[in-house]
Amino acid sequence: MPVDFGKEVDYVARLARLSLEPGEKERMAGQLSEILETARRIQELDTTGVEPTSHVTELPAVLREDRIKPSLPLNRALQNAPRREKGFVKVPRITASEQTEE
Amino acid sequence: MRLYEQTAADLSRMLQSREVSSVEVVRSFLERINEVDPHLRAFITQTPVMALDSAGEIDARRTRGETLHPLAGVPVAVKDNISTMDLRTTCASRILENYIPPFDATVISVIKKAGMPILGKTNLDEFAMGSSTENSAFYPTRNPWDPERVPGGSSGGSAVAVATGMAPLALGSDTGGSIRQPASLCGVTGLRPTYGRISRYGLVAFASSLDQIGTVSTTALDGALLMNLVAGYDPLDSTSLPDQIPDYPTGLEPDLKKLRVGLIRYGRMEGFDPQVSEAVNRAASLLEEHGAEVGEVSLPLTDYGLSAYYLIAPSEASSNLGRYDGVRYGFCSDGDSIEAMFSRTRGEGFGPEVKRRIMIGTYALSAGYYDAYYLKAMKVRTLIRCDYEQAFNKFDLLLGAASPTPAFKLGEKTEDPLQMYLSDVCNITDSLAGVPSLAVPGGFSSGGLPIGLQLTARPMQEKLLLKAARFFEEQRQPALLRPKLEYLEGGGSNEI
Repeated sequence: MPVDFGKEVDYVARLARLSLEPGEKERMAGQLSEILETARRIQELDTTGVEPTSHVTELPAVLREDRIKPSLPLNRALQNAPRREKGFVKVPRITASEQTEE
Repeated sequence: MRLYEQTAADLSRMLQSREVSSVEVVRSFLERINEVDPHLRAFITQTPVMALDSAGEIDARRTRGETLHPLAGVPVAVKDNISTMDLRTTCASRILENYIPPFDATVISVIKKAGMPILGKTNLDEFAMGSSTENSAFYPTRNPWDPERVPGGSSGGSAVAVATGMAPLALGSDTGGSIRQPASLCGVTGLRPTYGRISRYGLVAFASSLDQIGTVSTTALDGALLMNLVAGYDPLDSTSLPDQIPDYPTGLEPDLKKLRVGLIRYGRMEGFDPQVSEAVNRAASLLEEHGAEVGEVSLPLTDYGLSAYYLIAPSEASSNLGRYDGVRYGFCSDGDSIEAMFSRTRGEGFGPEVKRRIMIGTYALSAGYYDAYYLKAMKVRTLIRCDYEQAFNKFDLLLGAASPTPAFKLGEKTEDPLQMYLSDVCNITDSLAGVPSLAVPGGFSSGGLPIGLQLTARPMQEKLLLKAARFFEEQRQPALLRPKLEYLEGGGSNEI
């Protein structure tokens, strides 16, 4: 059964916060359908009762003492921020307009 | 023999006996880079001033009689997805084109502390996603054995730098074959150690449960020398293994008596070059002649491994690459709302392959598909690990191919992502199982292109892999494979 990715592209791109050009969308829909069809071959395997592997090391969760250590100075931490002001990063408006319906 | 033609082990010896200075050594490699790199483009950033400064410092310390690391003064090239403090680290992506890390990766800290001058940062497929280095946002790297062909990927720059004597050693990273496949296509030795054996701290994350830093070298001994420096526990990486590391360079003399070797049968795999199978069979016969017990091993899930990998790796990538939003670092686009700004930044900053993987991963993790894709793939990963456990009950070493074909042509697979993914089919299951795996030259195709063997061992058995690599090295003539760079100006005079 082929996977039709065409209908999903917009939805998935929105989830991934990825703007795609119209031509790019069509090309990608075709390629992703093909890739997912190959990926779906794993459905043929019986995995009843098999535990998933998310990690190959047998290590337990690694904890350390909760102690304050030196960290990057603010100017170093912000040196790569494309837009910054007074020790903060700057972004477009996050909240909606302040005028709300009473 | 010029200095850039020497192995790292020989340079180390010459430096320690003060036959040469580190400045002389570094100058030789820098000259070689100037001569060769304009044609092959293995580097994204070259750091001649930094390298000479560091070499000068080591020479001064040696003159003062200080005890130095064996690799002190021996230069190295570093894949450009490994963070270097105050030195641009791009991941070959527009989105990180001007990113200057404020910290060093752990492997960089140890390299600097040992006094290894860094020659530059090498080209890769964007965010290490690819098998040809054509996905670099800047330019492709070319194969030194035939510049119309790809060097493999994603660590194509590191493989080419070492193959052509632009660097005696290089660091790469391997998620699903990104060290072994380019090493194979360029005729050098590439080691992907056990997952957790080398710290990932400062390696820009692609798929965290699979990413592993490793070495590229011309000989097994050189790889062992670099492993001695970079392997080991790091408290800054919570997946770093606490086990003691052996002394990798000592006792590498191969002893194959009673070594049980499992020869991997690939069946009739699509696109498998018969010359590669012949090279693998020849290698098996050689091992047998020298006392190894060779039997056939089947890893029946190899095909399914590729499918599972192309769900697991993109899923982890879609999560890891969520951080590129144009706020804290990297390229930033405009937008009226924050969501528009995020989406345009990512849409304009990422290249096509990175976008494809983010889309696959986001889809596989999304509501309604998680169980059928991501969870199922993680269960298949468990089955693959069981395959390996069974194989290692019977064998000490697995022998196969490091790539289904020799180097392919530039542009041959760029329009067909699935064909490109198939280039990693030999490498991927080792990655999923987390076991150490190494590519070593195993002959040439009729067209004069290198063919790579892949050796795989139990976790922590890197030394066995290096020993076996050393065996194949001793069997070949000459031991050091160097491409004739006849297409460079001056023709044959550049032969090394």
